[in-house]
Amino acid sequence: MYIYDTFDQSMVNTRVEEFRDQAARRLAGTLTEEQFRPLRLMNGLYLQLHAYMLRVAIPYGTLSGKQMRMLGAIARKYDKDYGHFTTRQNIQYNWIKLEECADLLADLASVEMHAIQTSGNCIRNISSDQYAGVSADEVADPRPWAELLRQWSSFHPEFTYLPRKFKIAVIASKEDRAAMRLHDIGLELVERDGRIGARVFVGGGMGRTPMIAPEIRDFVTEDEIISYVEACLRVYNRYGRRDNKYKARIKILVHEMGADEYRRQVEEEFAHMKTLGLDPPIAELNRIRAHFADPAYEAGLSDDIDRSDPDFALWLDQNVAPHKRPGYAIATISLKPVGGIPGDASSAQMELMADLAERYSMDELRVTHAQNIVLPYVKKADLYALWQELDGAGLAPANLDLITDIIACPGLDYCSLANARSIPVAQKIAQRFTANGKEKAIGELKLKISGCINACGHHHAGHIGILGVDRKGTENYQLLLGGSGAEDTSLGTITGPGFDENGIVDAIEKVTDLYLAQREGGERFLDTYRRLGMAPFKEVIYG
Amino acid sequence: MKLLTGNDLATGDVIWWTGKGWSRHVGDAVDVGAEGDIIAAAESAARRVNVAYVVDAEPGTNGPLPLHIKERIRASGPTVRADLAINAEIPIVKA
Repeated sequence: MYIYDTFDQSMVNTRVEEFRDQAARRLAGTLTEEQFRPLRLMNGLYLQLHAYMLRVAIPYGTLSGKQMRMLGAIARKYDKDYGHFTTRQNIQYNWIKLEECADLLADLASVEMHAIQTSGNCIRNISSDQYAGVSADEVADPRPWAELLRQWSSFHPEFTYLPRKFKIAVIASKEDRAAMRLHDIGLELVERDGRIGARVFVGGGMGRTPMIAPEIRDFVTEDEIISYVEACLRVYNRYGRRDNKYKARIKILVHEMGADEYRRQVEEEFAHMKTLGLDPPIAELNRIRAHFADPAYEAGLSDDIDRSDPDFALWLDQNVAPHKRPGYAIATISLKPVGGIPGDASSAQMELMADLAERYSMDELRVTHAQNIVLPYVKKADLYALWQELDGAGLAPANLDLITDIIACPGLDYCSLANARSIPVAQKIAQRFTANGKEKAIGELKLKISGCINACGHHHAGHIGILGVDRKGTENYQLLLGGSGAEDTSLGTITGPGFDENGIVDAIEKVTDLYLAQREGGERFLDTYRRLGMAPFKEVIYG
Repeated sequence: MKLLTGNDLATGDVIWWTGKGWSRHVGDAVDVGAEGDIIAAAESAARRVNVAYVVDAEPGTNGPLPLHIKERIRASGPTVRADLAINAEIPIVKA
């Protein structure tokens, strides 16, 4: 893991004291809300439906046990004993007091964390693959580049007031676990002729105008990734639509300008950039890379696992993934208990996960964009003991990537932008598919719910997506089919008229029943939908 | 009827104008008629409220109820955490 140097720590500490002064001036009335709002947003502090909400950055989703323990302690000390892990691999606290926020940020800083770049029209927290460094199919650990991008983008004066927010994802596997092509810039690390570099995708995103990012460059060498990304941003900063918030994201610029013309301008800028010598020296990348060196793996470990406990075997089959090293496994802790709130964890659960990471996963955890937690370095011999402790704390739902492993935004229960509630719908779906016993038979099905068009719940990328809308003051839910945030990225299509909270659950059961009846071979729901098309699904829903 | 609402500046709590001050309970709120913006300006200047605004409401059994679902959820608390509710009895969906 990356460890702060004195410069990193000093920067974060200084920012905390700057915010302490700003908050004090707001409380004393020497700053108006209009003056204070952009300042608090630059520190991740929103005013939400019920209270102030603080969004804390978890760079590329990677955490130490100490950091996770602090997140739990903060939930207990400053919030109502829980936090919400988000689709941006961050955590949000829903009940923060302005008068205590600077103290909270100081506690965060004490474990090398902050809430910078979690709001505003800047480059947001960089996201990545939750299996980074441990999956067998990656060409390199993508996190050193994510960390380099984090350092380069932090307080970058040229990119602090972009036309709109800007999200970057870095992956290094063919299998995309980070929805890379649905980011403003997606970088896929690849190897060419023995050299590491990146394919560069620009102009993806969800929201009200979802788009899949086109490839803008098929290879840029690792030592020029920063200047290429900077060139991409410079063209955006120059031509992005500052006149219209709804057309200000880079996806609109790339779409309206055309990928070819955008590429031409980026290449021209890139050629200019190269004359300036702005790329960080490779020694700096290597310094960062050293922080992500493999941990001290033990050799000669057994791959045998005792599967005699049937409940453990279910979890093993569903939530544990292969590791690049013999004797080790990647375990995912599902934060999707039936009847629970997707992504929520109590203080006690966070503290337990911190303990378990220290004991069983070389002191490291990852937050996934699907709102779960990964322990990336678990010895296979420890899996049963780990599962027993998770199970005792309600952290062992065996449902990874199943229909009950639902991504859901906070929705109208917490969010002032939302038009409809997401969480109760997620709970009803999970309860229905647990009660009817079809969850396992259906297999992989990524269901994603957003409470408004901003798409924080990634509904466009769900095999089944749900979008909550306001229809004359009443919550209504549109159904989408056929989306994917994986390497086969696609955008879902709306089936037709929407439903109420109960009708949407019925509609989902109808489409999954059709899938069960029509699937061939090992088809997933998404495969069957792509083979059959929308018509039979519409027929079964509305016919 | 019209209610005036906002958030407590220091704590962020949702609050409602009672005619004499602010309450966390919408049942204590009063109809501000056409005076909402004037009260909001004075109370904001005194830092007794943050981001104050007027919402449409109707009389209910236990006091006024906002018309829009978003404001009803603000008044009740998150519907998925009854343990955190200010008043879980508030009907979220209009009858």
